[in-house]
Amino acid sequence: MASGIKDKVAIIGMGCSRFGERWDSGPDDLMVEAFNEALQDAGIERDRIEAAWLGVFFDEQNVGKSALPLSMALRLPNVPVTRVENLCATGTEALRGAVYAVAAGACDIALAMGVEKLKDTGYSGLPERTKGTFEDLYLPSSTAPGAFAQLASAYCAKYRMPMAELKKAMAHVSWKSHENGALNPKAHLRNRVSIEQILNAPMIASPLGVFDCCGVSDGAACAIVTTPQIARALGRRDAVCVKALQLVPSNGVEMGHDSWDGSHTLTTPIAAARAYKEAGIQDPRKELDLIEVHDCFSITELVLMEDLLLSDRGHAPGDILDGRYDRGGAIPAQIDGGLKCFGHPIGATGLRMAYEIYLQLLGRAGDRQLASPSLGLTHNLGGIPNRNIASVSVFGLAAL
Amino acid sequence: MSGIYACGAYLPRLRLERSTIAAATGWMNPPGNKPAQGARAVCNWDEDALTMGVAAARRCLLQSPLTAVARIEFASTTLPFADRSNAGLLAAALALDGAVAVADVTGSLRCATGALIQAFQNSTPTLLVAAEKRQAKPGSPQEMALGHGAAAFVLSGDSAAVSMLGAASLARDFVDHHRDADAGFDYAFEERWVRDEGYFKLVPATIRQALDGAQVGAAAVTHFICPGSPAIARRIAQTCGFAAESVVADTAARVGNLGSAHALFTLALTLESAPAGATLVVIGFGQGVDVLVLRVNRRAQHEPAIARAIDNGVPEKSYVRYLSNNQLIDMDFGMRAERDHRSAQTVAYRRRDALTAFIGGRCERCHSVQFPRSRVCVNPQCRQTDTQVPHRLADQGGRVKTFTEDWQAYSPRPPFIYGNVTFAEGGNLFMEFCDLEPGELQVEMPVSFQFRIKDIDKLRNFKRYFWKATPAL
Repeated sequence: MASGIKDKVAIIGMGCSRFGERWDSGPDDLMVEAFNEALQDAGIERDRIEAAWLGVFFDEQNVGKSALPLSMALRLPNVPVTRVENLCATGTEALRGAVYAVAAGACDIALAMGVEKLKDTGYSGLPERTKGTFEDLYLPSSTAPGAFAQLASAYCAKYRMPMAELKKAMAHVSWKSHENGALNPKAHLRNRVSIEQILNAPMIASPLGVFDCCGVSDGAACAIVTTPQIARALGRRDAVCVKALQLVPSNGVEMGHDSWDGSHTLTTPIAAARAYKEAGIQDPRKELDLIEVHDCFSITELVLMEDLLLSDRGHAPGDILDGRYDRGGAIPAQIDGGLKCFGHPIGATGLRMAYEIYLQLLGRAGDRQLASPSLGLTHNLGGIPNRNIASVSVFGLAAL
Repeated sequence: MSGIYACGAYLPRLRLERSTIAAATGWMNPPGNKPAQGARAVCNWDEDALTMGVAAARRCLLQSPLTAVARIEFASTTLPFADRSNAGLLAAALALDGAVAVADVTGSLRCATGALIQAFQNSTPTLLVAAEKRQAKPGSPQEMALGHGAAAFVLSGDSAAVSMLGAASLARDFVDHHRDADAGFDYAFEERWVRDEGYFKLVPATIRQALDGAQVGAAAVTHFICPGSPAIARRIAQTCGFAAESVVADTAARVGNLGSAHALFTLALTLESAPAGATLVVIGFGQGVDVLVLRVNRRAQHEPAIARAIDNGVPEKSYVRYLSNNQLIDMDFGMRAERDHRSAQTVAYRRRDALTAFIGGRCERCHSVQFPRSRVCVNPQCRQTDTQVPHRLADQGGRVKTFTEDWQAYSPRPPFIYGNVTFAEGGNLFMEFCDLEPGELQVEMPVSFQFRIKDIDKLRNFKRYFWKATPAL
């Protein structure tokens, strides 16, 4: 029986570029920026990295396919590099590859890098892309906000909630992330906004206004991982260890079967339950000190609080409005600003989340530091509610 | 000989009121013109002669117990494809393709009446569809006159509702208007010449020939269906000795002149109220004349569906949007509109049942309906392999599960409205909605499915079609 990943791998270095509209930077610049920070943090020579994973989503407009972009940009010592892609869970997928390689004993020290250069399209929002030769012939040419906005219509119908009421809770989600992002020097959006501004913003895809949508950003983030034993040998005493890594893709039920009601994600509750079990978490509401969830849109964060088993079904709006996920609440969420304000360079996002948990657990989060957190969760939702990849990871502070 | 078994018609939902046109183009005309009245039925951006023809044919086939159609004819002067069987594509959308003869008939506004005569004269069970989407140059008289619409008839040799007693045709190269093969618009000559030398000289003589052949006296004619203006119809009726009340009120004022489909549309409308024993004379006019003398054996239609369709229009409030939706003005929709819509014909052919006929799968083990049909059943409690049989979804309808009105996505008619629909028999599809204004759609609303243009590939002059959901009437 598999014993899971808990405490088998430690993170010894992390780096994250400043996120935003990095007009002056290409993907190579962003990767080097993140990598330099991580390498310095790890306190190792570049040549000790024995394998690397590169996560990038829009390959054609970014660095391109294959191992080469990472290997060449960082001048790695001809070590194996695996390029991975799993929609918005791409960064987490890169981390999974590196963590599993170390846990398997295939290498001692591995690098996970996620990068995305989105702002070379010439227009706002995510790039247009094909869904494939068959699906382009029948699926709507939807946008990300349009695909996620669907959740709101179904949520209101299911809980007999007026849209205006749901919108208030959604506005609080965005307001909170702007408050948090204002404290983060690397965040894309650092401005504070009022609830009124959010509610009265121009419509993108009903009911999502512009402040219900996350930033479309350039950025890179990376992690250097090793075994706890090597971490200790490198002089670490307290280290952030991986407690759980779970990945759950849809199998088509949401797209084709009527058992899905459209008001939540089918995958996240499965990933959460598996991750809590792997990490040995009995009561996530009490044990988790902070969370970074995939808040691509305000409505996504709202339903995810239920899908992660942190709010009861139908109660996320109330919990949100009560401040449970605010900076001073029971489970602070998106303390770094989240996708909403830190930004969402797709391939980097999962690693950016881990970066924030890492900083918080080590007490290095500066103005936004929480009081002594020891257990944090990251969650990605790659794709759209109709079909997606949910990843839930748990990181904890461990004495080596 | 065959007779009419069933009929149906379709009008686009949108109405461009003539006052809207006058408000936008009145600066071109001298003062003192009569106020513009009435409306034209006009296609939405995703409708054309083919989609309207499919809609009319579906309504017709729903009336008809006859399923073994052996021939399908599609009559129009505005067929979407010059070289691709439009009738073949129409047959595929109706899931009637395969061992069936198909033919496009075109080239004149008389093409549909000519095809109707032919269908009456042979015994092959035939589906005849006529549809027209003529575009008018902004500011032209045609812009006030032309409408978009379709009609469809099933003809068969067995106990028909309507029989043909006689017919006559005249071929005469009378160029009242023309549209060259590469032209987008008609070029029309003076109406008074068309009336005097065309209608008044050519039509009555052909009517007399048809009535003589049918051995029907003029006094027996109860319904006279004649294109052109009401004044022309009244004068011809008078000339031929028809009762004044036999002249069927023309719908052109309310929906526009439907071109080659006009006579058939008016005939289908008339058959909604014409009693058994009625005698009809139907005229087709265009480089000659077709005359059909018909007898109603029994009421062909019991529901006034076409009359309702005429009443149920929705005004197109924006003249500029009408121009844009009909490709009569090139608006800047931004970079998202630059998306490449190249179709992989290999895939389109491989999955033609799904894409054109809207055929999904139904699992023989668990009965789950699913789209597209796949190798492994989508039901999480089943997941059996190769258990699905083809199952057509076009006519079953469904309900809205989720939706959005998306202002970021490109749509020729923003917002782009799409969401999840649950089929009446179960199963879910993430799909586009059509014929909606913002604020109209609601979760749980019942929907029906319409065959529509999905994307226009401007780089390659190609249109691809799929099915969309619209609130069920």
